[in-house]
Amino acid sequence: MKNATSTTNRSTGRNVLGTSALRPDGVAKTQGNFAFSSDFQAENMLWGATLRSPHPHARVVSIDPTEAWKIAGVEAIIFADDVPGKATYGLIASDQPVFARDVVRYMGEPVAAVAADHPETCRRALAAIKVVYEQLPVLSDMDAAIDPSTPAIHPDGNVIRHQRIVSGDPNIVGDVVVEGTYEIGMQDQAFLGLEAALAYPDPGGAGVELVVATQWLHEDRKQIADCLGLSPEKVRLVLGGVGGAFGAREDISLQVHTCLLALRTGRPVKVQYSREESFFGHVHRHPGRIHLRHHADRSGKLVKVEGWMKLDGGAYASTSAAVLINGITHLQGPYACDNAVLDAWATRTNNPPCGAMRGFGVVQACFAHEGQMDRLAEALGMSPVDIRLVNAMKTGDKLFTGQVVDSVAPVARCIRETADIPLPPEPSRVTGSLELPGGSGRTSDPGHIRRGVGWGVSIKNLMYSEGFDDSAEAKCTLADGVATLKFATAEVGQGFVVLAQQIARTVLGVDTVILDTIDTQIGSAGSTSASRQTWMSGGAVDGACRLVRERLFEHVAHLHNLDPLQLVIEGTEIVDTLGPLRVAVADASTGLRIEQTFLHRHRATEELDENGQGNCHVAFAFVAHRAVVDVDTDLGLVKVVQIATAQDVGQVLNPMALLGQIEGGIAQGLGLAVMEEIVVDDGIVRNPSFTDYLLPTALDAPDVVAIPIEEYEPLAPLGAKGVGEPPCISVTPAIVAAIRNATGRAIMRTPVRPQDICLAD
Amino acid sequence: MTETTAFYELNVNGSRREVRDSWIGESLLYVLRERLGLMGSKGACEQGECGSCTVMLDGDAVCSCLVLSASAVGSEILTVEGLAPNGEPSDVQRAFVDQGAVQCGFCTPGLIVAVHHLLDNNPDPTMIEVKEALSGNICRCTGYGRIFAAVETVVAVRKGARS
Repeated sequence: MKNATSTTNRSTGRNVLGTSALRPDGVAKTQGNFAFSSDFQAENMLWGATLRSPHPHARVVSIDPTEAWKIAGVEAIIFADDVPGKATYGLIASDQPVFARDVVRYMGEPVAAVAADHPETCRRALAAIKVVYEQLPVLSDMDAAIDPSTPAIHPDGNVIRHQRIVSGDPNIVGDVVVEGTYEIGMQDQAFLGLEAALAYPDPGGAGVELVVATQWLHEDRKQIADCLGLSPEKVRLVLGGVGGAFGAREDISLQVHTCLLALRTGRPVKVQYSREESFFGHVHRHPGRIHLRHHADRSGKLVKVEGWMKLDGGAYASTSAAVLINGITHLQGPYACDNAVLDAWATRTNNPPCGAMRGFGVVQACFAHEGQMDRLAEALGMSPVDIRLVNAMKTGDKLFTGQVVDSVAPVARCIRETADIPLPPEPSRVTGSLELPGGSGRTSDPGHIRRGVGWGVSIKNLMYSEGFDDSAEAKCTLADGVATLKFATAEVGQGFVVLAQQIARTVLGVDTVILDTIDTQIGSAGSTSASRQTWMSGGAVDGACRLVRERLFEHVAHLHNLDPLQLVIEGTEIVDTLGPLRVAVADASTGLRIEQTFLHRHRATEELDENGQGNCHVAFAFVAHRAVVDVDTDLGLVKVVQIATAQDVGQVLNPMALLGQIEGGIAQGLGLAVMEEIVVDDGIVRNPSFTDYLLPTALDAPDVVAIPIEEYEPLAPLGAKGVGEPPCISVTPAIVAAIRNATGRAIMRTPVRPQDICLAD
Repeated sequence: MTETTAFYELNVNGSRREVRDSWIGESLLYVLRERLGLMGSKGACEQGECGSCTVMLDGDAVCSCLVLSASAVGSEILTVEGLAPNGEPSDVQRAFVDQGAVQCGFCTPGLIVAVHHLLDNNPDPTMIEVKEALSGNICRCTGYGRIFAAVETVVAVRKGARS
């Protein structure tokens, strides 16, 4: 293995909880010697590559690898028949084939894989494999998928899940009723570090070690082992450096293929996707259509929400069933409302599979409910701020699933503090300014720029829902004044590595905290997703460190004939609160080795019943966004000038890391608002590249003014809420509302395209 | 691979490096990473859109994924590894860490090279000049705010050192 900086880091200093402690992997990342999963090499290594279907729906008539075998350097070609274990995998339902056998159900579905001596040899080998397809009718429309008369494209049917919520009085009618149908495009996570893995086969094929960038080592291992026909302990996973994730690494992509090629050839095999392949190789954010009818009384208070939500899961289930529940249970937004009648469907089509992306169903819900709040405000002659304040949820309010929100819920405070942030200066009137929409300086006529302001507020559940048995494990070892932490928590960029060190320094009074390799040699930490690792793995590290501290106190108390309960940590010392004893932790732990493991669980949740009732979520976080945009109405171009935000975060553990999450999430929400969309045309992906799939650049980045709303969350082990997802949720509807405000156009879909501004009716 | 391979020398970070048995179609990025073991330059789009593979070629910032390796013979190539040859971080590298400009870090080496290139040529850029200079380097994690802060810090410190 190349180097250990990706997994073992040292950092010193009194960088405890609450400080902007620096990442232990930061310097290595700036110098280019942090090992990402794509940076690993091995002696005698082969390259692997995947053959994918060019058709969204087709029968596989025949596959002939004869010509590919003639290419010098080709060492293996494998197909569905070469999968020794389970033929399918999947996070919730095991419905996705490792390789398609008889039928392909989406463009890009894997059909075969090769291993060869050079990436170029692989490319040529893939081109030489002759696959004869017979194209089948493409199911690409959600309504057709829901229609029971449509032939099923998969044995599990065309509806992945349906859920209903009926709450309170379904027949109640409000004084004011507004309705709208909202559409959300398919967004890509577009992490920078492409999928890459290196598999090392054990002698005789008895097992395999895989270095991979993933969000959840243990879940990967389970699915890989099943497909390889090996027991899980024969499959060892090591986290290669992860170049971003955002949900796209929660599902299996190249893991099984890479292991199969290594086991087949008996040589280490590296697979690394291109950007184009990455677009086909991982799941995306669900595109959706949502129809809502909001009823309110004359004061603006919500009376009832009714309507439907359809999310397209594409060809395979991935996490669609869970995304759907997140979506429908968040359709009321961060607003109190007793009555609801809602239906939601996750469909199966021949479109690209969709699954987890930052926000996980709530992004789609929020785009619709925030559009509705603005419609209500307009119908009632209220301001966007007032309609939201009138309805703002508080701790103790009930969701229309019947669940009482017992998290800290400072919704009104988020809105008020956001509203108090000063607006930016007037738009530039200088021709040629790069600050103008378009960012090129040569297109926009400054005299035609219109400014708009819009609002978005959201609620986001934290952690997994619906009774999932969620846990995270961590081990702490204290020896000679140095703490070593071991966990399987995937560091994907969010900074858990620095948080873990901060926890250990705070709890144990040590300066040096070594992080052991992140791998499957300890129990699962669960996934780095759902804004859950600060709470879950943070809770596990905190728990392990506290257990170690108890043992240390017992040792010191025994030596000095004291009650361990008298002892506390102050800085780097153990202090007797009732006497004169002060001893440095470093001295007290000399010659000792205390090791403790802690398993953290959150409180249990439950499944929803057929009317959508049940305590299905663990906890909630809230955020408000106000967007200011400049719109070039001639060209349909938008410059997002400023995002003001106040976010409910619980206790702040690392202010700089928090700001990084807020600013980064806002950029992704901006992308969904005005530029990012995978264009799918009857199952055909039209823009699988960074040339055609547009991402926010430095010139697109708005000024962000962020206020953390810091209220200790008693439910959380460190008082802190997860902060990763909320920033990207309501910023999208806020920006689209600002465009509506600037243009006067209804704009019912996101991302907003130039033609939606210039050419709409 | 059995077809024509090439042998040539590249000048990388001030050293002459032999490239042996290289397929003639290999990009500079591939050769730097896979043949010379310089893993700092990253591949994330292979079409010059993301800047993760940025290196300096005779003083110009270029996407090494778009440069045919064999065509770089005779040029001076500076990679991220060459910016801090003795292991001590450069002022730009230090500022990225201190200001929170590093999250997943995949875009970071390319951005470090791009910022060095910017400040070598324009020691006192306006914010819009910074944004334009870095608009060829995509960062998916940070939203760019902390990156701008890092650049501002370096500019201020260098200015202080000059005056």
